[in-house]
Amino acid sequence: MANFQPYDTSSDKAWYYIFRVICGLIFFFLMFPILVIMPLSFNAGNYFTFTPEMLRLEIEGFSLKHYRDFFTNPDWQVAMYNSFRIAPVATLLSVGFGTLAAIGLSQSHVPFRRTIMAILISPMIVPLILSAAGMYFFYSRIGLQGTYIGVVLAHAALGIPFVIITVTATLTGFDKSLTRASASLGAGPIRTFFKIQMPLILPGVISGGLFAFITSFDEVVVVLFVGSASLKTLPWEMFNGLREQISPTILAIATILITLSVLLLSTIEILRRRSERLRGITPS
Amino acid sequence: MVSVDSIIGRNSLHRKVQRSLRIQKLRALGLIAPLFIFILISFVIPIGDMLFRSIENQLVSEVLPRTTEYLKSEQINEDWEPPNELFWHLYVDLAIATEVKLHTRVGSRLNYEKTGISSLFRKSGRSIKKFGADDYRKALTEQVPELASIDYWELLAEGTKYGYTRDAYNEWKKRLIENDDFSEKTKPSDFLFVVLANDIKSPGATPTQGTIPEEKLLPVISELPEIRFKELFLDTDEDWAEPDVWDTIQLYSPSFTNGYYLNSADFKKGSDGPELRPENERLYALIFSRTLFMSVTITLVCLLLGYPVAYFLANLPMKYANLFLILVLLPFWTSLLVRTSAWKVLLQNEGVINDVLVAIGLIANLERLELINNQTGTIIAMSHILLPFMILPLFSVMKTIHPSYVRAAKSLGATPWTAFRRVYFPQSIPGIGAGSILVFILSIGYYITPELVGGTTGTFISNRIAYHISSSLNWGLGAALGSILLAVVLALYWVYDRVVGIDNVKLG
Repeated sequence: MANFQPYDTSSDKAWYYIFRVICGLIFFFLMFPILVIMPLSFNAGNYFTFTPEMLRLEIEGFSLKHYRDFFTNPDWQVAMYNSFRIAPVATLLSVGFGTLAAIGLSQSHVPFRRTIMAILISPMIVPLILSAAGMYFFYSRIGLQGTYIGVVLAHAALGIPFVIITVTATLTGFDKSLTRASASLGAGPIRTFFKIQMPLILPGVISGGLFAFITSFDEVVVVLFVGSASLKTLPWEMFNGLREQISPTILAIATILITLSVLLLSTIEILRRRSERLRGITPS
Repeated sequence: MVSVDSIIGRNSLHRKVQRSLRIQKLRALGLIAPLFIFILISFVIPIGDMLFRSIENQLVSEVLPRTTEYLKSEQINEDWEPPNELFWHLYVDLAIATEVKLHTRVGSRLNYEKTGISSLFRKSGRSIKKFGADDYRKALTEQVPELASIDYWELLAEGTKYGYTRDAYNEWKKRLIENDDFSEKTKPSDFLFVVLANDIKSPGATPTQGTIPEEKLLPVISELPEIRFKELFLDTDEDWAEPDVWDTIQLYSPSFTNGYYLNSADFKKGSDGPELRPENERLYALIFSRTLFMSVTITLVCLLLGYPVAYFLANLPMKYANLFLILVLLPFWTSLLVRTSAWKVLLQNEGVINDVLVAIGLIANLERLELINNQTGTIIAMSHILLPFMILPLFSVMKTIHPSYVRAAKSLGATPWTAFRRVYFPQSIPGIGAGSILVFILSIGYYITPELVGGTTGTFISNRIAYHISSSLNWGLGAALGSILLAVVLALYWVYDRVVGIDNVKLG
């Protein structure tokens, strides 16, 4: 508990607790929506609020029927299949191009570094609706609109800023003398890259990749415009479901996706710590 | 004495250093190039395409080339009457356009500027088929049966004598080919016979020996009833007599237009410069100001909620801070649609929040709060979604503020409030700037959440852009609105880059 100093006045002490209550309420605001839909997804009725049976914790109030619907309904299954068909490929593209460029950008003499960086990060800043509109216009001209390749290219572009940011962040702490040491011991540049540089920046690359994956997996605006009916992804179906007739199946999917993000968040946290340890930066 | 420089060859050393630097630069650029090209093709050029669409206006002059060419030299005012010749050009243009249904597209394009033109074009497109062109076809092919085959027309189009016929035929053929409707078996369209007859009998074209046996055709043509285009068009729809309609076609003839931008600012093109639209047609000023108002509100709400949390996190020991940080990062990492659906569920009339308020007796069952499908819904849901983008930059700035400053202020006699206001707060301003710009940039272009929880009053300019691109199909206006939004966002992005530096963005 709080260790107050003898000179703290009672109003200091009161403020200390009031402040903590305020922060608690804000944390509650942050977590409440996410926490509340998890139990709701086990609702036995088709309601979006707690039924009296649920509040009394009776077993009849709960069921897995919304989960069953998700795993048996062909619409949802196609959507999930499409999502898993698009996101990994888009991620690979972003990570491949992004990592190379990040290594290039972290060299000491890069002309127009700031401008290049600003352009490469811009897909993150430009409102999604504008990216979607532009891609819709341009991809229709070159025949990519409504195709798998079109959606993958678009998602890769959206994921790139995240890879650039995370990988350049890992590279700023990179000790250049390590590559020099490797070179002086006779290793060529390629060997140095794979044996020295790559293992050290790998955590950054992976967490950038996870960001890119989530970006594509969760993206709806661009896919609505660039995609077609046969390329409906999970977010597309959710968006339609929410816009037209909201069905409780969405709550089940939401719960599954929350579990997924908890897993991803833990992975990134572990990677971040590992990277800091490896680079000799102790968390301070 | 020999200088040291000349012995070790300073110049050559200098050159070597320069060379190695140049190689380094090239290698760095070589690594960046693939991604740069990728982003250019998949992202930057598409955005450029959108900008181009906001000024492009080729459709009208492409589909109605003769009409717009004729109108160029006309001075249209209220007393102006469309001359007979104009209707002749309009007939040829429309006859070609209707073959491939292009007249409806021009109609809807012009309808954005003046309502009613769309139906005018559709009606006329239907009725020109009954203008009597088939009589011309029958009479002419009776005399020269070869005219029924497309090969004969190909030969005609090669000659230079009947310029009008040649151009009309070539344009007609081009449209059919574009539509994949053209083959050797295609029958020449009826209107072509009217055009040919007109060319043959026009005084400029004296009968000579050529591909066409004019002497055979001339008597037939002079016996055929003359088609009175003006009367027929006016019979179809009296609007063709309106100078306003022609004025609109004339105004939108040039290949490029600022009309979409004028529309975005609630202006319209008049014959003497831009004029403000009537009060009941002004829409975009309202939507832009609403977008601005909601974005500012959301930014302020985020700042108000984010500042205490960031302060709290920054003053905790590291191991607890990391624990509490998860409470911020988890929502940040959760799917946007999940969070939006959560709010949709919570804020409903029969939703959890209203149920709780009724259960604890704060409101009566019949007075449930309207929390969704209005501005309140959008502001609540978006503040929740964007809050982590405020907390994270604030936190990373506050972490660097050393507690000894505040302690020093207090030991010099400042009250906690003064110490915060005069010492701590000024040092946290960079974080406030970074977080606020970021939240503002993100909120001003938001689409998904307002679309789902905003109803009609809680929507942003992005929702209007999406509407124009996917429903009303007024792409030019959508692109113009988009370009304005883009300009605002890029200006803020530039400020952000100056103030924070784009490579200092933290992602959790």
